[in-house]
Amino acid sequence: MSASDLTSESPSLDITSASHQLHRAPFEGRALKSGFLTGLTWIMAVLASVPLFSVIYMLLVEGGSRLDWEAITALPPSAFEMGGGFGNAIIGTLVMVGIATLISVPIGLFAAIYLAILDPDSKLAQTARFLAKVLTGFPSILAGVFVYAAMVVTMKSYSALAGGVALAVLMLPTIVLAAEQAMTTVPKKMKDAAFGMGCTRAQVIWQVVLPTGMPGILTGVMLAVAGAAGESAPLLFTALFSNYFLSSLTEPTASLSILIFNFSGMPYDNQIELAWAASLVLVLIVLVLNITARFIGRQKF
Amino acid sequence: MNAIAETAAVEAAPTTTSGNMVMDCQVQKIFYGDFLAVRDSHLPIEKNKIIGFIGPSGCGKSTVLRSLNRMNDLIPVFRFEGKVTYHGQDIYDKKVDPVVVRRYIGMVFQQPNPFSMSIYDNVAFGLRLNRFKGNMDERVEKALNGAALWNEVKDKLKNSGLSLSGGQQQRLCIARAIATEPDVLLMDEPCSALDPIATRKVEELMLELKENYTIAIVTHNMQQAMRVADTTAFMGVDISQGSRTGYLVEMGATQRIFEDPQEDLTRKYVRGEFS
Repeated sequence: MSASDLTSESPSLDITSASHQLHRAPFEGRALKSGFLTGLTWIMAVLASVPLFSVIYMLLVEGGSRLDWEAITALPPSAFEMGGGFGNAIIGTLVMVGIATLISVPIGLFAAIYLAILDPDSKLAQTARFLAKVLTGFPSILAGVFVYAAMVVTMKSYSALAGGVALAVLMLPTIVLAAEQAMTTVPKKMKDAAFGMGCTRAQVIWQVVLPTGMPGILTGVMLAVAGAAGESAPLLFTALFSNYFLSSLTEPTASLSILIFNFSGMPYDNQIELAWAASLVLVLIVLVLNITARFIGRQKF
Repeated sequence: MNAIAETAAVEAAPTTTSGNMVMDCQVQKIFYGDFLAVRDSHLPIEKNKIIGFIGPSGCGKSTVLRSLNRMNDLIPVFRFEGKVTYHGQDIYDKKVDPVVVRRYIGMVFQQPNPFSMSIYDNVAFGLRLNRFKGNMDERVEKALNGAALWNEVKDKLKNSGLSLSGGQQQRLCIARAIATEPDVLLMDEPCSALDPIATRKVEELMLELKENYTIAIVTHNMQQAMRVADTTAFMGVDISQGSRTGYLVEMGATQRIFEDPQEDLTRKYVRGEFS
């Protein structure tokens, strides 16, 4: 009975009703639509990378020719002088970004530990998280104004220190949010394992959560560093500029971004060429730091 | 003398079979917030024996197990009323540091959870934590041998612990837990994420480990309890108060629990009439 039921049912299983045709039908409506959409995403992906590659191309063409030993070691030339370079600006940028990193990484890391592990749902954590998100979109020039009022006015001088603090203010939210994200994605079962071994909370954080989240944390730090290295607005109010090599952290300091801004507006070919070369150097610095950090912090296990 | 002690023990608590107790768990009430999760259960744990916790889902097996090394303290709303003695000391005493408790009473979890470190570092983790000064390599090898994993990993100790298969990862976690030579090993459904071959290896391992350790295992699998446990505790769920509260129905030698249970509920459960 049941067997005959099955045989009588079987013709309805044939969904195509006619032949069992399995070949592609490339001009069918849905195939065309699929092909069109695939092509569209491909074109958009290419379009999105056009600005990046054209900037790099321009930098290499325009800046590459002037990039020599003199350019990266000499002091900036004056108006009609030939040659010269931006050695002081490279040092100034590295020092100020260094100061900013030294300030923002410890604060950011500890804040992130609080947000991610110690008390994620407390009022303080919710407020801090909200403020950090607001601060990521904070106009960078306002960080400069803030530090101008807080440090430049009180210390009565533009300084590398003030520049570093202004950059730190801008780096902090990126670091906090990225580090928090990296630490919350460490699986709970790993933390449980550590607690089960008899780890204190501090040991769980330092020996399991931080090492496991390190690649993500470093990515956040590098994003912040790259952003800070290119900032010019906050430095206008805090570090200003200098035509000499850095001799003290409490005096006006040169930076690549301000040098690019100054020189690119000048009516002299020499300065404009140097601005291109300085731009290329800035990109290279960020690139080298990025690759180094990724190499050091790559997920080993 | 011995006979008197035995009769006394039998009178006091019929579930106790003999002395030589490592832990004695006397639960009055375990709460998660307002929710009464487990009530009135007395579970003595004997040295060099495997005690298996069986029972339907939600009966509080894992809750009780995790109370034995204060893992539940990590849950803020958890509250324990009763007493768990470890060699005579109440581990819920205010003076007791739960971190230290967990170093003596190790744990293996349901999901294999190696750290994202090398195999070697995973096993050495607890030793370093306890500032072990002796020969680290020797202890790591001993622990991996103890977990029946040495031959499979001896040539790749520097590889990631996460690169191993699920069964190997679980044995790595067991190696990590026994490297510090804890007194008691708690295992919370250690084979539920493993295939039958890996399960068999872990079970064989448990039988070897009980020579040196005392093991408490939660299992959802009655056959597993029959294969490995010396003593079995059957827990049930009481829904009479409108909530689901776990309690100990019956505890005794594994064979007796499965072949001649005294409680009707136990009989139904071991026959597979409900789960």
